[in-house]
Amino acid sequence: MKKALGIIAIFLAIFVFASLYGENFLTGINLMQLTQRTALYAILALGAALVIVTGGIDLSIGSVVCLAGITTPWLLIEHEWSPWAVVPTVLAMSAGIGLFHGLLITRLKLQPFLVTLCGLLLYRGIARWMTGDQTQGFMGEHGDLRKLATGRFEIPGVENFLLPATVIPAAILAIVIGVFYSRTVWGRWLLATGRNESAARYSGIPTAGLVTISYVGCSLLAGFGGMLFIFDISSAQPSDFGNFYELYAIAAAVLGGCSLRGGEISVIGVIFGAATLQVLRTTIILVGLSSQLEFAVIGAVLLLGVAADEGVRRFLSRRLERSAAAVR
Amino acid sequence: MMSRPMQPERSDQRPVVLSVRGVGRRYAGVVALAGVDLEIRGGEVLAIVGENGAGKSTLLKILSGVVQPSEGSVAVADASGALRELALDGVREATDAGIALVHQELNLAENLDVAGAIYLGREPSRFGFLDRARMRAESARWLARVGLDLDPGTLCGTLRIAQRQLVEIAKALSTESRILILDEPTSSLTTRETERLLEIMDELRRAGVAVVFVSHHLDEVMKIADRVVVLRDGRKTGELARGEYDRAAIERLMVGRDIARAERRAVAADAATRLEVHGLVTTHRRRVPASLAVRAGEIVGLAGLVGAGRTELLEAIAGLGASSGIVRLDGRALPAGASARVRAGVALVPEDRARNGLFLEDSVATNMSLAWIDRSSRARLVDARGERGMVERMVGRMQLRPAQPSRRVQTLSGGNQQKSVIGRWLAIHPAVLLLDEPTRGVDVGARAEIHAEVRRLAEQGSAVVFASSELEEVLMLADRILVMYEGVIAGELSAHEATEIAIMQLATGGGTPRAHPPTAQP
Repeated sequence: MKKALGIIAIFLAIFVFASLYGENFLTGINLMQLTQRTALYAILALGAALVIVTGGIDLSIGSVVCLAGITTPWLLIEHEWSPWAVVPTVLAMSAGIGLFHGLLITRLKLQPFLVTLCGLLLYRGIARWMTGDQTQGFMGEHGDLRKLATGRFEIPGVENFLLPATVIPAAILAIVIGVFYSRTVWGRWLLATGRNESAARYSGIPTAGLVTISYVGCSLLAGFGGMLFIFDISSAQPSDFGNFYELYAIAAAVLGGCSLRGGEISVIGVIFGAATLQVLRTTIILVGLSSQLEFAVIGAVLLLGVAADEGVRRFLSRRLERSAAAVR
Repeated sequence: MMSRPMQPERSDQRPVVLSVRGVGRRYAGVVALAGVDLEIRGGEVLAIVGENGAGKSTLLKILSGVVQPSEGSVAVADASGALRELALDGVREATDAGIALVHQELNLAENLDVAGAIYLGREPSRFGFLDRARMRAESARWLARVGLDLDPGTLCGTLRIAQRQLVEIAKALSTESRILILDEPTSSLTTRETERLLEIMDELRRAGVAVVFVSHHLDEVMKIADRVVVLRDGRKTGELARGEYDRAAIERLMVGRDIARAERRAVAADAATRLEVHGLVTTHRRRVPASLAVRAGEIVGLAGLVGAGRTELLEAIAGLGASSGIVRLDGRALPAGASARVRAGVALVPEDRARNGLFLEDSVATNMSLAWIDRSSRARLVDARGERGMVERMVGRMQLRPAQPSRRVQTLSGGNQQKSVIGRWLAIHPAVLLLDEPTRGVDVGARAEIHAEVRRLAEQGSAVVFASSELEEVLMLADRILVMYEGVIAGELSAHEATEIAIMQLATGGGTPRAHPPTAQP
């Protein structure tokens, strides 16, 4: 929770700024859209957090989003599979990708950066080749299935705002992951593994297995997120769908307090990290900045956030050092 | 073994080169050091001893300008020999004043060669280019001074710890320092390397250098020191000159009480064999299979020089690293892999605790409960309340200071860090406890407490194997001693027939394995 305070403050600052200076920011439709997008990106960011906790990284998230997202309508429409077959197939494929990454990293001791960088190229290429680089969509069919992402629920007593359906899986995942790390033996062991992999091994922790599972979880969430994304937008092009999503996911996780050194996670922080990025994107447009500036602004804010975080960390460790010297 | 005591010389006639009056230091209101008076003379070796938390490191840091005293004054002799009060506002000023500190943690950049490391930050240059030839020539001179036969072009990353230590000292000397301060210089050296270092300290003393060092090993202190200053709880409790001190006197001043020597226990002759190792080939380069058996309640000490294969043997028993052979617990062969072995009750306290033992940024509680949460979990859920209780009991049992489970392990002293690692295993009451250098960098009091806990575990029927480079520790703790040499168990000695000389003979390849090795004169 303490780790999340920083990002919550940043979020509130941007939110207040946007409310004051952005036209139509505090409208029901805009807030609904923000919530929807935050939930979708939070699912990817939680996945990224799983591997960042182990001290690793997954650069293939965007390409897995693309492959899983594109495969879904491709199987449903072009190959006329039943939804009952398609959803498990796509999720199994995503988990398989994660397993592949995890085994390469833990058994062959390849670097996570390299393995998933190759994955980034690989899955995008497969998606484009598989579909002949053609746009894939639902052609107005499978409306019920798409409700998983497009559904909206009324909140009693609240007007002008309907709760997007994607909030439900995002919230469930957040709770499950939060409980996993704070309450289960495996979660505690994974945090220890991220802190000091060697000491974890010496302590009898099955590090290879746990790290592999983390990569499976990350790709599974990316695949699940990819499905929800395409349900939401109805059609997408294999060449650009999911581009840069891994960076949004990683940025959200890091903003939310996951150290890239591993061993730290704050689920609330990750969600606020995802929300901050979405509010920022919207704000850029609503205050009349050119949307071409989007990446530049996000980059600058990220840099500021990370620099502030490092500053605080140094300050704390200096204080720690002093108290440590006093003990000696 | 160093048989002769080193030159007892009267040193009170020598010039004072550094003097501190009433120095103290507080950190956020906590007194780390108070009212210490000290004089350091050229051409003498001064030892500073005390338990962890006694203020030794703080004193060294003040002497070397790393921290500034919050009270009192520091005076350094200038070129004419007159003492002048000086504010050492940083390492730079201290270096200029002729003071050099060799840290306990060695800070050599691994990718530099030895000459580069010695001249780091003050490289000689010609026309703006590095003057490599001069750097190497000068370095070679300083290396010779510390008796290190090493090509200055050697990469630091390839050096052994003892060699690094000497390079650090060469580096300190190369700044033309008159006062050399060493913080626990022998904590990671073998007996032989320690002897060598003591000889070098003696040579420096003869050359007029003032040598100040901190050590937990009273043996070394008594061999070399002209004077011993004892600190306790941030205050100086005594200063003894050569001839005035003996071990008991120093220990009394350190802890304010006599340390009770443990009675040697007898292992029941009919105790069942718990740990059995058959033809275990470890990662040691010689790959000679090793076999041994340890009975319930028995403490076996592994002696030997660094590189003899003790660490490899312990790690192989713990299921770490590639190995082949059979490890049995209570007659049942154990599956491979560290996590399976831990589950079966085989636990290892590793040699390098910062790298392999601890999660430095985490709390004592997190460090201690790592294995316990697995044993006690229901449906893989951590029993949080039970965990708190267990940690609190263990903090009390291990006598951790300060007794705060939420404290970051990083901020603890070496002894308390080690207690956290050992506590992690005692919490699951292991059937076999393996300890690799269990009290390296641990002060006298904590060492006695750790030994007591290890004995207690053995008395409850566990099998214990520990490796130690300190003969004193091996002789004190072990019921039976296995001596390793070049990857082979070269001999076995029972506690009552073992002497330092008998062990060293086997450890240096001077003995053949036999039931009754020659009993040497002590």
